Amino acid sequence: MKLVVAIIKPFKLDEVREALATLGVQGMTVTEVKGFGRQKGQTEIYRGAEYSTNMVPKIKVEVATTDALAGRVVEAIQQAANTGAIGDGKIFVLEIGQAVRIRTGETDDVAL
Amino acid sequence: MKLLNKIALGAVVLGGAALIAEPAWAQQAAAAAAKSPIPPPTVDKGDTAWMLVSTLLVLMMSVPGLALFYGGLVRTKNMLSVLTQVLMIVCMVGVIWVTWGYSEAFTAGNPFFGGFSKALLMGVDANSQAASFSNGVYIPEYAFICFQMTFAMITPALFVGSVAERVKFSPLMLFVALWVTFVYFPIAHMVWYWDGPDSVAQAALQGQAALDAVNSHGGYLFQKGALDFAGGTVVHINAGITGLVMCLMLGKRIGFPKEPMPPHSLTMTMIGASLLWVGWFGFNAGSNLESNGVTGVAFINTMVATAAAGLSWLLTEQIVRGKPSLLGAASGVVAGLVAVTPASGWAGPMGSVVLGLMVSPICFFFVAYVKSKFGYDDSLDVFGVHCIGGITGALMTGILDAPWLGGQGIPDYSTKPGTLIAGSYDMVGQLWIQFQGVVVTLLWSGIGAAILFFIIDKVWGMRVSAEVELEGLDIAEHGERAYHY
Repeated sequence: MKLVVAIIKPFKLDEVREALATLGVQGMTVTEVKGFGRQKGQTEIYRGAEYSTNMVPKIKVEVATTDALAGRVVEAIQQAANTGAIGDGKIFVLEIGQAVRIRTGETDDVAL
Repeated sequence: MKLLNKIALGAVVLGGAALIAEPAWAQQAAAAAAKSPIPPPTVDKGDTAWMLVSTLLVLMMSVPGLALFYGGLVRTKNMLSVLTQVLMIVCMVGVIWVTWGYSEAFTAGNPFFGGFSKALLMGVDANSQAASFSNGVYIPEYAFICFQMTFAMITPALFVGSVAERVKFSPLMLFVALWVTFVYFPIAHMVWYWDGPDSVAQAALQGQAALDAVNSHGGYLFQKGALDFAGGTVVHINAGITGLVMCLMLGKRIGFPKEPMPPHSLTMTMIGASLLWVGWFGFNAGSNLESNGVTGVAFINTMVATAAAGLSWLLTEQIVRGKPSLLGAASGVVAGLVAVTPASGWAGPMGSVVLGLMVSPICFFFVAYVKSKFGYDDSLDVFGVHCIGGITGALMTGILDAPWLGGQGIPDYSTKPGTLIAGSYDMVGQLWIQFQGVVVTLLWSGIGAAILFFIIDKVWGMRVSAEVELEGLDIAEHGERAYHY
């Protein structure tokens, strides 16, 4: 089992969700996050005062998937979230030790 | 029939007053009243209704208008402190106003202070009348008291913006109580107090000596002939310079200007600015104290000067910064409202458009460049918008009032009593008088605020501790939070 963690541009969330749904992904977890990478932040100006914020708002998508599907999930996110500009984000793939469905107690692949 | 009734009633009232004074004069007085060009004193239901509505509009400017405008501009942790300060200033000044404020501002005394003959509103009842600016037109005095009360409420609420996010609540309230007493009421008296158009006209019929006597009852700046239709000096320059003095004496917020202190909700600032605009029609058009053509003049001027100023602030930003911002648009709207305040009943609509177009770049220069150049922390730009916008408006009133620029001129109550014919207009002379009005207000308010601030700061301390400031005034001073997400 793999956990695919993607940091994407907020406005790309819907496209990513649709792409994953087409693959048959059953669920995902979405969090609003802030951070920075090569895209160094934004400048905000309020009347005269200029602030450069070095943290940019992003969306973190977490998808737990079977080993078989993981590669296609990563590919789907990479294509859906791509704009070609810096700040498109990153995808990380982690190993999952165990998964449990709370309602039934089912474990691992069946629980995903 | 109705008109005849009014005339008959007026003759009876005047005749009756003369009878009480001295029976021998009664015949003469009755004869004089019969052919007097001054219409008998009349209270009109339409005027009264308009003044009560205007009063509510001005109240709406303070709460929730100004409170939301300012509240949106501070950080989340200080939202409630600003709302509480504005709301409590409104409440406290309302009580002070009826206790001694109204009497101090709007009864005869000397040119700087009124008297205390109407303290606790002594002698005022449902039949008392207050003069408007037309001969024979009166409004119920209670309506006038309430209308002017809302001006006294909003003025000190304006300067809390300069010390937001670091001022201690209770000393601020004491400061406001003393400030209205020693700064606001005297300036309102200096600029706005006079015996009314009928007293002037009546005196004019009796000769120069009587006219001089009536004129000498007016406030210091009124006697000079300073024009301030709705409070450019009394409200905006006054609050603006006090705001500057307070923020200089209180010092910068911790972290200013390095740390980001962005507004927490420009949505609320937009709502507040819009409520201010709507409410300002009560402020400016209501300041005519009746509902007539000049009220319409003040109304259209308030509309177009504000629109022009919002536009010119955005154009300035577009040129200088490349991005038109909502906060810029809202600031321009407020700057336009401030600038047109003294000019509202004097200028013409196209003059007001010019005034609106010119005020925003001036205010923008102050908030964007002068403030950072001198490094004072006027948190919400009370000085840059209200004082600078007020000065621009007060001076431009002297120019835009000229009849050949579409202005209204100055009604002359004395040469042709009762006819409201505008006298000749001396633009340079008027500009000089306007300048004196600005300087007197700046000095009185600035020095008065400095003295009061110094004393309270020494005795009590005006500033919260560093821990309180960092934690936020909402939790530390008021024990509550604005938002529970």
